[in-house]
Amino acid sequence: MAKINYHILVCGGTDCQARKSEGILNAFREAVVAKGMETTIQVITTGCFGLCGSGPVVQVLPDNVFYSGVTPEDCPGILEEHIINGKPVARLLAGDLRGQEPSAKTPEGVHRKQLRIALRNCGVIDPEKIDDYIARDGYQALAKALTGLSPEAAIAIVKQSGLRGRGGGGFPTGLKWEITRAVRSDKKYVVCNADEGDPGAFMDRSVLEGDPHSVLEAMAINGYCTGADQGVIYIRAEYPLAVERLKIAMAQAREYGLLGENILGTGFNFDIEIRYGAGAFVCGEETALIHSMEGLRGEPTVKPPFPSESGFLGKPTNVNNVETYANIPVIFLKGAEWFSSIGTEKSKGTKVFALAGKINNVGLIEVPMGITLREVIFEIGGGIKNDRKFKAVQTGGPSGGMLTEKDLDTPIDYDNLIRAGSMMGSGGMIVMDEDDCMVAMAKFYLEFTVEESCGKCSPCRIGNKRLFEMLEKVTQGQASLEDLDKLRNLSHVIKDTSLCGLGQSSPNPVLSSMANFYHEYLEHVTEKKCRAGNCKALMKYFIIPENCIGCTLCARNCPVDAISGERKQAHVIDQDKCIKCGACMEKCKFNAIYII
Amino acid sequence: MGKLENIEDLTKLREVLQQAAARQADGNNPDARIRVRVAMATCGIASGAREVMEAFREEFAKRNIDASVVQTGCMGYCYAEPTVEITRPGHLPVTFGYVDAKKASRIIDKYILNNELVEGIIPVNYETIGS
Repeated sequence: MAKINYHILVCGGTDCQARKSEGILNAFREAVVAKGMETTIQVITTGCFGLCGSGPVVQVLPDNVFYSGVTPEDCPGILEEHIINGKPVARLLAGDLRGQEPSAKTPEGVHRKQLRIALRNCGVIDPEKIDDYIARDGYQALAKALTGLSPEAAIAIVKQSGLRGRGGGGFPTGLKWEITRAVRSDKKYVVCNADEGDPGAFMDRSVLEGDPHSVLEAMAINGYCTGADQGVIYIRAEYPLAVERLKIAMAQAREYGLLGENILGTGFNFDIEIRYGAGAFVCGEETALIHSMEGLRGEPTVKPPFPSESGFLGKPTNVNNVETYANIPVIFLKGAEWFSSIGTEKSKGTKVFALAGKINNVGLIEVPMGITLREVIFEIGGGIKNDRKFKAVQTGGPSGGMLTEKDLDTPIDYDNLIRAGSMMGSGGMIVMDEDDCMVAMAKFYLEFTVEESCGKCSPCRIGNKRLFEMLEKVTQGQASLEDLDKLRNLSHVIKDTSLCGLGQSSPNPVLSSMANFYHEYLEHVTEKKCRAGNCKALMKYFIIPENCIGCTLCARNCPVDAISGERKQAHVIDQDKCIKCGACMEKCKFNAIYII
Repeated sequence: MGKLENIEDLTKLREVLQQAAARQADGNNPDARIRVRVAMATCGIASGAREVMEAFREEFAKRNIDASVVQTGCMGYCYAEPTVEITRPGHLPVTFGYVDAKKASRIIDKYILNNELVEGIIPVNYETIGS
């Protein structure tokens, strides 16, 4: 039997399918059969190439040649000219190469939307092998800083790169380092904030589990720059695998002398320890985090003093987030200029997002700043599940806001997201479709903040609870128009008077959903209606007598005997008994049941 | 391997490691080995990556194929976990999603032994700075 020596890969992503990639698949298969080459050429459909702008996309292996905008009519030609005669079809080549004569060693010529900097080693190296990291230039940045740069010069590089805090706040990283360096003290600390806690966010966990050494290396560089000899990683105990891999990485780094005394013979001492958090959202706030590390209650305190002056154990402390650290080694190796060439004017580099919700390609992505939400959701994310309509996307987790259709073409960066009424946050991105009720979403986030409020200040402790209760009233159809005003006013009060970032941002989901979807709030109040069919208390199931043939299937499946009727007669649902479980609707074969 | 005394030690180690990796991937090198990377972040493991890794090891042993099966972190394709990346010496890596023990065996029979792809291929959908 002849062996397969050519592969024709046809994109089967949602977007390419919409552009009839199925027809291309069949056209190639027919052409291959017509030539009698089915034992040597395989035609197969693949997942999304992430090149949705130019679909349908076809890749020919082993030549690694990409074609875009292919039609079924083109397929026999590609087979004949490229595979049989060995000459790729210039007019159909993808990207930059279109119309060009491809050389023997053809670059791909296509540009994908994602760019991996912080995730450069994730899914590539074995995170438990330091050698894998070293083979990919690991610890070279540290070596470069220690042997070739003064701390001031190294800080200047971070400043020039334009890197801003990836935990959500967006404070310039280099400036933070400079401030900590400037404080005189016998002891300083650098801290890695790995207390990732937004619902639906897993960026930091992925970095720690996939590339722990990049964080260790960056912390050591930070120590060198700020004058600290001790690093502390504050990580939630709910991340056992990340903890285990960090511990392995730390042991290996010590064995190589990349942590500990006299690192690489330069006289620089630096070591790292791990402190565990119990998984409190508020401990992502740096003063609360420091208190928790000290063994105190994880409660925030008023700034100033800032941690850079008086932090862990009263000493100057520089706190950065995991993803921020993961960018640092690359900035030293490739240069500040290179890094700042990526992104927008005030937001440089890339951002990792955990793309979740009603989206086809749920996943961990890294994109250059300045990409639009539309590109992220509809190209990288493959669009909305089940062809439903996009409604909103929540960025910034429970502290952020909802962005809608009108924001889809806004370039994503720190400042634009704030302008649009949300925030960058740490990188959770939850996509909602027309079946999601915006009041219920706001309630979901409030439930989270009520649970996570540390209770120290009253606006957050009591106010958020009241907000939650009011939202519950709305979703149950018991709220008045006056309640909606109260909801808005109280939100502003909580924002203005809370002690820390948690309380100051907790009403954001309420305010932004009210700003964008006030009509949904109104419908809940005045019409007792939830257009998304989400709020159970407002739903009613009815049987359409004309469609009901009286098969009794629904009545037999109703768990509370709320459906009655004679055989072969139209049935009725008793609204007082109905618990709105939807079992009847699921079972009905005649579309006789509907909801309002 | 002991302590790295200076930057030269580090750079030398990097070169040795890079050369070894290049030899392993070189199709013309008789010692080249097939490499299977299994995405083993918490989420991958939760959806069965550990079983997939075991399956690859067992199947390779059964068929007497010399291959290295290694773990790695998150590849980013949450929707298609467990995911594995296969690199045959001299070929571009190919990533497969929705893998289980049965599919691992199919991937070995079809792709590794016969260069025939199986469904569930996830194309590289990102640029990377690599190194």
